[in-house]
Amino acid sequence: VTTALVLAEQVRSAAVSASEVIERHLAAIDESDGAVHAFLRVLHDDARRQAADLDDRIAAGEDPGPLAGVPVAVKDNLCTRGVPTTCSSRILADWCPPYDATVIERLRHAGAVVVGKTNLDEFAMGSSTENSAFGPTHNPYAPDRVPGGSSGGSAAAVAAGLVPLALGSDTGGSIRQPAALCGVVGMKPTYGTVSRFGLVAFASSLDQIGPFSATVADAAALFEVIGGHDPLDSTSLDRPAPRAVENLDDGVDGLRVGLPRELVDGVAPEVAAQVRRAAEVLAAAGATVTECSIPELTLGLPAYYLLAPAEASSNLSRYDGVRYGLRVDGEDVEAMMRATRAAGFGAEVKRRIMLGTYALSAGYYDAYYGQAQKVRTLIINAFGRAYKEADVLLGATTPTTAFPLGAKVDDPMAMYMSDVCTVPSNLAGHPAITIPFGVDAEGLPIGVQVLAPALCEPLVFRTAAVLEGEAPAPVAPVLAAATWTGR
Amino acid sequence: MTPPPSPAPAGTRGWEPVIGLEVHCELRTVTKLFCGCRNAFGDEPNTNICPTCLGLPGSLPVLNAMAVELAMRIGTALHCDIRPSLFHRKNYFYPDMPKDYQISQYDEPINVNGWLELPDGSRVGVERAHMEEDTGKTSHIGGGGRIHDAQYSLVDYNRAGVPLVEIVSRPDIRSAAQARLYAAELRGILIATGASDGRMEEGSMRVDANVSVRRPDAEFGTRCEIKNLNSLRSLVRAIEYEITRQIEVLESGGTVAQQTRHWDEDQGTTGALRSKEEAFDYRYFPEPDLVRVVPDASWQAEVAAAVGAMPADRRAGLAALLGPEGSTGAKADQIATVVEHGLDALMTAAVSAGIGPALALARTANEASADPERARALDPAAYTALLRMEQSGTLSATQAKDVLGALLENGGDPVELARRRGYEALATDSLAAVMDELIAAHPDEWQRYLGGDNKLAGFFTGLAMQATDKKANGKAVAQELQRRRR
Repeated sequence: VTTALVLAEQVRSAAVSASEVIERHLAAIDESDGAVHAFLRVLHDDARRQAADLDDRIAAGEDPGPLAGVPVAVKDNLCTRGVPTTCSSRILADWCPPYDATVIERLRHAGAVVVGKTNLDEFAMGSSTENSAFGPTHNPYAPDRVPGGSSGGSAAAVAAGLVPLALGSDTGGSIRQPAALCGVVGMKPTYGTVSRFGLVAFASSLDQIGPFSATVADAAALFEVIGGHDPLDSTSLDRPAPRAVENLDDGVDGLRVGLPRELVDGVAPEVAAQVRRAAEVLAAAGATVTECSIPELTLGLPAYYLLAPAEASSNLSRYDGVRYGLRVDGEDVEAMMRATRAAGFGAEVKRRIMLGTYALSAGYYDAYYGQAQKVRTLIINAFGRAYKEADVLLGATTPTTAFPLGAKVDDPMAMYMSDVCTVPSNLAGHPAITIPFGVDAEGLPIGVQVLAPALCEPLVFRTAAVLEGEAPAPVAPVLAAATWTGR
Repeated sequence: MTPPPSPAPAGTRGWEPVIGLEVHCELRTVTKLFCGCRNAFGDEPNTNICPTCLGLPGSLPVLNAMAVELAMRIGTALHCDIRPSLFHRKNYFYPDMPKDYQISQYDEPINVNGWLELPDGSRVGVERAHMEEDTGKTSHIGGGGRIHDAQYSLVDYNRAGVPLVEIVSRPDIRSAAQARLYAAELRGILIATGASDGRMEEGSMRVDANVSVRRPDAEFGTRCEIKNLNSLRSLVRAIEYEITRQIEVLESGGTVAQQTRHWDEDQGTTGALRSKEEAFDYRYFPEPDLVRVVPDASWQAEVAAAVGAMPADRRAGLAALLGPEGSTGAKADQIATVVEHGLDALMTAAVSAGIGPALALARTANEASADPERARALDPAAYTALLRMEQSGTLSATQAKDVLGALLENGGDPVELARRRGYEALATDSLAAVMDELIAAHPDEWQRYLGGDNKLAGFFTGLAMQATDKKANGKAVAQELQRRRR
């Protein structure tokens, strides 16, 4: 199995050149991505240049970094200097940022090679990657099904074996939900541990960048590379990011695991069954598993669908045709702005801008935005109580496995329900991980989720590592690339 | 101290104007409020810009600590409570606002509940003084320069993100004249704290006026907000116009509509911009990209220590040097001038070194204040030396002013400057010898002078000047003439 860490070790020891690794993956992408459509843009030249540079540095005896030569795919809402960053929106179709996101700089510094920009729901709003102005991404396990979203491209790229690592952003589950549906590891860090500088904002108080990978160890390694204080992000915590790798194999002996009914009941029976099997795995490894109830978690979804659109309505105001991006001319500046936004945004983005504008309007603010903020506080307090009895919580990541393309596009409420198990962690700013744990009767991947209090990433990764060791062996997806190696 | 009752000004026919001012002041920081771009006026358009102040996707604001410090200095000078504060987003679409929202403090401003004492002894309450970012600047090309008729518009984002403090007074002002006093005094405070250069003509201090009228002791009337007041003169004219307009509306049986009105400097009128119903819904909500600003006690103490004496205290200090006449008309005006230009230290240094306060005040207020920038850089010892020469009669007033001009221009030693101009006056005994010769040469005229014909004083002074190549000091000649008549 060629994980990112194995690849990096091979490159660092010059057993294989970075250029060979990159060529192999570029070839796999060129050959297989037509059917998956994980990528909006593949950066052949940039990747080759960077790989050649790494090989020179290795030949010169320099340390090329912990992820030397590892190909990484990044969600197309992360700014890459001189490379279009579209957010899957017509309004930014040709926009090239003049700067790199902090996470991109950190990837390069670690020797990782950005090979392409991946598809997403427009401005990260959606749970299926169908809200992309550039066409949907297909689930590598069932091409007629969604990969989840909004980071569907990053999840599918890793699932198909096109890259061992990818970055996504998670505002209400946008890393964990597609990771679960595509059978890969996906992790949302504690709010403030990974810089948001260069992440095109959806809902600033909830957005957090995190890793996708085939293995827990790879996710931990990528988290360590991208985490840590950044003076360019005022909400970045002024402290080193929690360590994730060094205690990865410490096990869960003596750990208290809570199993909240709200994250198990009400999900598809096959998903619930895998969560219970995962609980048994942890118990067998020495953890104490206790069923519990956190009723406030059910308030998360409605609160989220007021707060996130409210922030989005403001964050997306700047796309007005004046300075950059699409401009559709009009009689006067107001008409130009109207025409630009009408033509540039897709239906779901417009829906959320309207929802959010309404929630913040005079006379409605208290009833909607204000109330949702109170619910957010309730959820934080409820987690606080639960974590007096438990060190981590275990639950489902998604209510169902991957659904067919088109199944929910006309039913926003049904689509929004996909995030029911993931939004509470965003509202609380807590870390959470999903790892693949078996498949349903149709062979579609199931994910289980581990949640922990703020800054308890080490617990999250340790628990996930134990589950990974006992999870059913992965099956190759039908759209597996030549570079797919499983776990 | 309670404000003295201000009589309703003439022409208000028993109506009492109620005025509150909102003053925006650009802070004199090196960089902008949320990014590292230069905060400078008058540079080439769109040269002081970056992803953050252009609001590019993915950019984030980082608060400038110096801006917070200057805001706290303003709060300290205005006797405000300095509080933990929060930024909000004020949402509305406008092309010169890069993010289409403005980051501004809303219901948790940094400074609240202060006051400002005016030179006339009245006191105006300050409701709040909060931080926010400035917008860019739009120029409408064609169609008379108005947005709706323009062929196209150009936007300069150099100003976008420049730190502002908005100082909101309570509705304690009762006349246009008092509004002018308040604005002028506030300007002095902004300059004295180092927070702003207070240049209204460059837009670094901008004033909006809320004006209403009422019968004394009645409830406040409906107010109108007047914008586009670019000088103290237009502030006074606009308020006077608006007071008259509202009184006429009310006296003809109408009601004043709550409006934002635009001052037209050329027409000398205000016109409606938008009514209350058309007012924007700004959809304020807490700015999620920034954290709460919580200045700790030691930082606050540091700032308070750094804020020097305010103009009112400094005026009182200078007035005390002059004794009773220091608080009267002409002298009080001169003192205000000295303080306004920050020359009180220069004047005080001279007085401490033995220069008479009246002379020190006159030269500082009249001559030094004409070139305040250079005067502030003047060596107090040189300034004192010059005034001493004038005081002792070594230099005439005219000569002293001339030497002061040279001193301001190029600096140097005033004694040497006077000498180079040939102003080194004759020693008193050599002047006496010259006078003896002149008297001997014109005995008839001298007798008439001794007999009381004062016109002859001018005759002898002229001769003395001629004989000394104009080096004689007029005052010293007069003294010689007087001495000999006794």
